[in-house]
Amino acid sequence: MIEARGIVKRFGDFTALDGISVEVPTGSLTALLGPSGSGKSTLLRVIAGLEHPDEGQIILEGEDVTRVAPQSRGVGFVFQHYAAFKHMTVWENVAFGLRIRRRPRAEVKQRVTELLDLVQLARLGDRYPAQLSGGQRQRMGLARALAVDPKVLLLDEPFGALDARVRKELRLWLRRLHDETHTTTVIVTHDQEEAMEVADRVVVMNAGAIEQTAAPRELYDHPANEFVMSFVGPVNRLGDAFIRPHDVELLLEPNGSTQEAMVERLVHLGFEVRVELVRDDGEHLSAQLTREQVEALELQRGQIVYVRPTRQTVFTAS
Amino acid sequence: MFDDGRLGMTGKYALRFVSLGYLAVLLVAPVSYVFWKTFEHGFGPAWEAVTTPNAVHALKVTLILTAVAVPANTIFGVLCALAIVRHRFPGAGIVNAVVDLPLALSPVVVGLALLLLYGREGWLGGHGVVFALPGMALATIFVSLPFVVREVVPVLREIGTEQEQAAATLGASAVQTFRRVTWPAIRWAVAYGVVLTTARALGEFGAVSVVSGRLAGETETLTLHVQDRYQSFDEVGAYASAVVLALIAVTTLILMTRLKPKEETQ
Amino acid sequence: MAAKAAALPSPKARRGPAPGLAIGISTLYLSVIVLLPLAALAWRAQGWDAITSDQAVSSLKLTIVASAIVAVVNAFAGTAIAWTLVRDRFPGQGIVNALVDLPFALPTIVAGLTLLALYGPNSPAGVNVAFTRWAILLALLFVTLPFVVRTVQPVLLELDREMEDAAASLGASKLATFRRIVLPNILPAILSGVALAFARAVGEFGAVVLISGNLPFKTEVAAVYVFGRIESGDPGGAAAASVVILAITFGVLLGIGGVRRWATRHDR
Repeated sequence: MIEARGIVKRFGDFTALDGISVEVPTGSLTALLGPSGSGKSTLLRVIAGLEHPDEGQIILEGEDVTRVAPQSRGVGFVFQHYAAFKHMTVWENVAFGLRIRRRPRAEVKQRVTELLDLVQLARLGDRYPAQLSGGQRQRMGLARALAVDPKVLLLDEPFGALDARVRKELRLWLRRLHDETHTTTVIVTHDQEEAMEVADRVVVMNAGAIEQTAAPRELYDHPANEFVMSFVGPVNRLGDAFIRPHDVELLLEPNGSTQEAMVERLVHLGFEVRVELVRDDGEHLSAQLTREQVEALELQRGQIVYVRPTRQTVFTAS
Repeated sequence: MFDDGRLGMTGKYALRFVSLGYLAVLLVAPVSYVFWKTFEHGFGPAWEAVTTPNAVHALKVTLILTAVAVPANTIFGVLCALAIVRHRFPGAGIVNAVVDLPLALSPVVVGLALLLLYGREGWLGGHGVVFALPGMALATIFVSLPFVVREVVPVLREIGTEQEQAAATLGASAVQTFRRVTWPAIRWAVAYGVVLTTARALGEFGAVSVVSGRLAGETETLTLHVQDRYQSFDEVGAYASAVVLALIAVTTLILMTRLKPKEETQ
Repeated sequence: MAAKAAALPSPKARRGPAPGLAIGISTLYLSVIVLLPLAALAWRAQGWDAITSDQAVSSLKLTIVASAIVAVVNAFAGTAIAWTLVRDRFPGQGIVNALVDLPFALPTIVAGLTLLALYGPNSPAGVNVAFTRWAILLALLFVTLPFVVRTVQPVLLELDREMEDAAASLGASKLATFRRIVLPNILPAILSGVALAFARAVGEFGAVVLISGNLPFKTEVAAVYVFGRIESGDPGGAAAASVVILAITFGVLLGIGGVRRWATRHDR
């Protein structure tokens, strides 16, 4: 288990982490989710020992490692821009940690071969990182970090530098890998879809503090505050109420509490349609409907419809 | 991040001490000492040493040679850089290598080559080239040739041709394109190159040693004058002239420091 | 305006403004200023004895050995100074950075004079290396100081610090990280600097001429020997010696260039 207690980290005038405490259960895949500047990467680096906190402690498997150098913490770290050893081949990159520990040749050979197979880079061992694609370089980065059997695997926006399709593939692949190896893993991301898809637990961070820690479903259905709700999915705001687009019902006739709105635009996104509406007081709304629903209502631009939330959330100040 | 635990505190201080110590012993101490010795007995003797007719004439010669070499090498430098980077002709690689030659050659060899070409028995042997200012000018041009080219070439490469092509599609002629698009992009590199060229021209010694005949009051540069004074056991004279040259060098350094960041952010 | 701008640039114009003029002037200038004199040098080189005499061989050996020593010292000192300028932080760092370029800006004769003043017969510190081979080393170290520093500095600046983080996270000590990660990546730059320093040292004249005393067989460097041949009215012999020196220099440079290419094989 990873435990961070009261971590404070400042860079000059800027406070990156403001007394953060968080627990990561052993064997879980936890995501640190938040916008740029929220402190998530800093927290990860503090856990790894690549940054020293001004206050607070890091406990790894019951041991206080706050003063321990990154070399001795048994963490594997994967960097957003790969940090590939560009002067070494793929093979030498992956073998690096083992060679540093002076493992016997045969063992190194077996382990590296195993890992290259695992990350599907088996025939590229002699290439240099410059000759690989971004996705391949990151898989190499993963293999390299896994080579020394880390107790904890830390990934800092690992897919951030890759294009959308590769990102989705590697995401899935990471989840499957975790299901096989069960290494305690922490992944930093600003992409809420990624966090929701990959992680068992999500820690939502903002401006150096934690907003909420929960499983993805819980986060979506029962967000702790406005920030979490808006960050984790699209949301409409009507006064004090927050309404998800798929909780907006459209009717052709007024009915009780419905409000009048005009269809501004229909955006067809494959199976779903986003209906952009505007009320007569100028407020914009968006509703998410299926294709069938849109066809059933025969919706068109300029049409007047009547909207009603089927579910809404109001946050009381606490 | 300022978090550089990589070396450890003692390692960092040790390295700093060694590096700064090396610079102090090799560079700072000798130059400072000469400054001190020059003004040891006050400003008067130094000023007198530096205002003798020979010294003044030597400075004039140095300045004339520099005034010839720098503009010539600047114009050549820009044209040559354009030729190498933009025009891609066969032999551009050779031109590039030849431009670098003066940096690899001993100045004495440069002087010798000029002597063999323009001397009495030379192919272009005429009168009044060697052992006179024209020969010295050629030597100065030779040794200070590469600098503007070498500064401008990477900048031209880096900015690419897109802007110039855009100008062409908008109707700009070659000269207009150069004046309004290319020049603003390279001018700090040119300025930096000019400063380096000037420093090299002012400081030339070996080549003009061979080519000048060293007639004090006629074909002596300030650098030759320094040697002349020292070998005539006139220490004050030597030091004083050396200080003049050193002051010019420090000015050059200051200009270089100011211009380098401008050149790099272009 | 529209009509004029409508036509795409012709292939000739795409080559840039006035190609013929720039190429022509450049090649003419280079030929007259550089190539012609060097051709005369090569043509007029003559006289075996100027190259094979004991004095010639002695000066050549001295020069090559001294330049090699100086090049190696610079590899270490230059890297250390570059590291201090890039990775360290202290007041006055900007001035130190500018100072490194002093040997480029200072005339060689002045450099030699300052070294002679402080480390010569009238040395206030009691250190007198004048007329010894140490003097030659000292003078050459002075003039070659900037080379390795300036080639290594930009590479250190650009170096991906995350590679060092990655190495640390994989268990490498600071020393191991320097040896396995940093050094291989700055080695090409060190080699470039070493090549430049060597070439410069071999041809050095002004800085050495006062402090070494130019004693034949003891402290006479190659450039001084060549100068001596000229003064003795043997320019042909001087030219021959020059050609030999140049050949050796280029040989060494090619060798270093080859090593450098091997060290950057991962970049292709």
